[in-house]
Amino acid sequence: MPVHPLPIRVFHWLNAFAMTCMATSGWAIYNASPLFGFTFPAWATLGGWLGGAVAWHFAAMWLLAGNGLFYLAYGLASGHFRRRFLPLSPSGIMTDLLAALKFRLPHEAGTYNAVQRLLYILVLLLGVLAVASGLAIWKPVQLWWLSAAFGDFATARYVHFLAMAGIVGFVAVHLILVVLVPRSLLPMLTGRHSSSHEVSS
Amino acid sequence: MTTPRRRSQQDLSVHKRQVENLQRRLLLKEMLSLGALGMLAGCDLQDGDAVDKVLWTMSRWNDRVQAKLFSRTRLAPTYEASRITRPFPFNAFYPEYDAPDIDGAAFRLQLSGKIDDKRAWTLADLRALPQSGQITRHICIEGWSAIGEWRGVAFRTFLERIGADMTARYVGFKCADKYYSSLDMETAMHPQTLLALDFGADPLPAEYGFPLKLRVPTKLGFKNPKHIAEIFVTNDYPGGYWEDQGYNWFSGV
Repeated sequence: MPVHPLPIRVFHWLNAFAMTCMATSGWAIYNASPLFGFTFPAWATLGGWLGGAVAWHFAAMWLLAGNGLFYLAYGLASGHFRRRFLPLSPSGIMTDLLAALKFRLPHEAGTYNAVQRLLYILVLLLGVLAVASGLAIWKPVQLWWLSAAFGDFATARYVHFLAMAGIVGFVAVHLILVVLVPRSLLPMLTGRHSSSHEVSS
Repeated sequence: MTTPRRRSQQDLSVHKRQVENLQRRLLLKEMLSLGALGMLAGCDLQDGDAVDKVLWTMSRWNDRVQAKLFSRTRLAPTYEASRITRPFPFNAFYPEYDAPDIDGAAFRLQLSGKIDDKRAWTLADLRALPQSGQITRHICIEGWSAIGEWRGVAFRTFLERIGADMTARYVGFKCADKYYSSLDMETAMHPQTLLALDFGADPLPAEYGFPLKLRVPTKLGFKNPKHIAEIFVTNDYPGGYWEDQGYNWFSGV
């Protein structure tokens, strides 16, 4: 049994590409009319100009949403979510959170501790929120009920931004941990176990 | 007894080093492919390379999806007068002082294409048609939005009055400021699509499109042409000022 089954690895890397496109083109769109007192540096944006950024955003959204739907269907149908993300209890989260803060949380390939489970579930929910608020911005008339669920068009933009910020924050932590525990990268590429002993992370 | 154990530990450390080297190489490869993504950032719909072709194809696909999502009866939300954005933002591809100065008395709206009665219209002719108003949200592709009030002739009424071919695919607009754009016939016939003469209680000021603006609350702002000089009906894709540069043509909201 591989650490990460093949479908999960394919979903993961397609999602990494799609999310990078969505975030960087989204930053370019944000720059055209910033919500807060800052803009994103041009080198971090995709599309070159507003029309290019919008074209990237509305092309990559199909890859993101299609890949995401197949991932959710696979995760639910195969029992992957149940095996990897459950059980999850508040006491388990507290125990593992304290251990993680003391750098005493073991990293076991293929088994997630309670903090990881919680974060993976949260980032999935943030992904759903980003897609829903994105649809509310894209179609505030045809999908008016979705816009109304976020207040209106203008407030849905803030929700969309905050969902992005949460996901980007997760990805930053995720990448830092891959650098700290580099042997966790190989299983996501090849699916195979690397060395079997445990390393504190 | 200790020798084999030490040997196995040595083997393990050698393997560990090899695995770590492999991981470093893979991490480097990963970073290089992110660099390749950075090269994609140059693809901007402007120079016709392979990625641009994919983006244009996806934009045409999005036109079709949005036409399917569009409902001729679903209305854009309307607002109380207290919600109107003041001052309403000026937006064009030129600065406000370059907005065209048009003589309303001499103005004639030209008609062409698949229209039975191509007689030109004066502003008085247009004001003699039934007038209606709306307070709706103007949504810009840049992300900002503003609520405004427009009054004028329901565009469907106007199309019927001039004998436009309602089975044609497009309605095109040519403007006094060299702007041009076009709509699908479905959107042109939507009950809230308005040939606007007034902004609030007064005739459109120059910065908001005097003497005529098309108000389309089911489209992004750039699909709301100002200073309209000519309207035509056609089956040949007319494009638009921004659309030809890469903004999505349908751009429904």
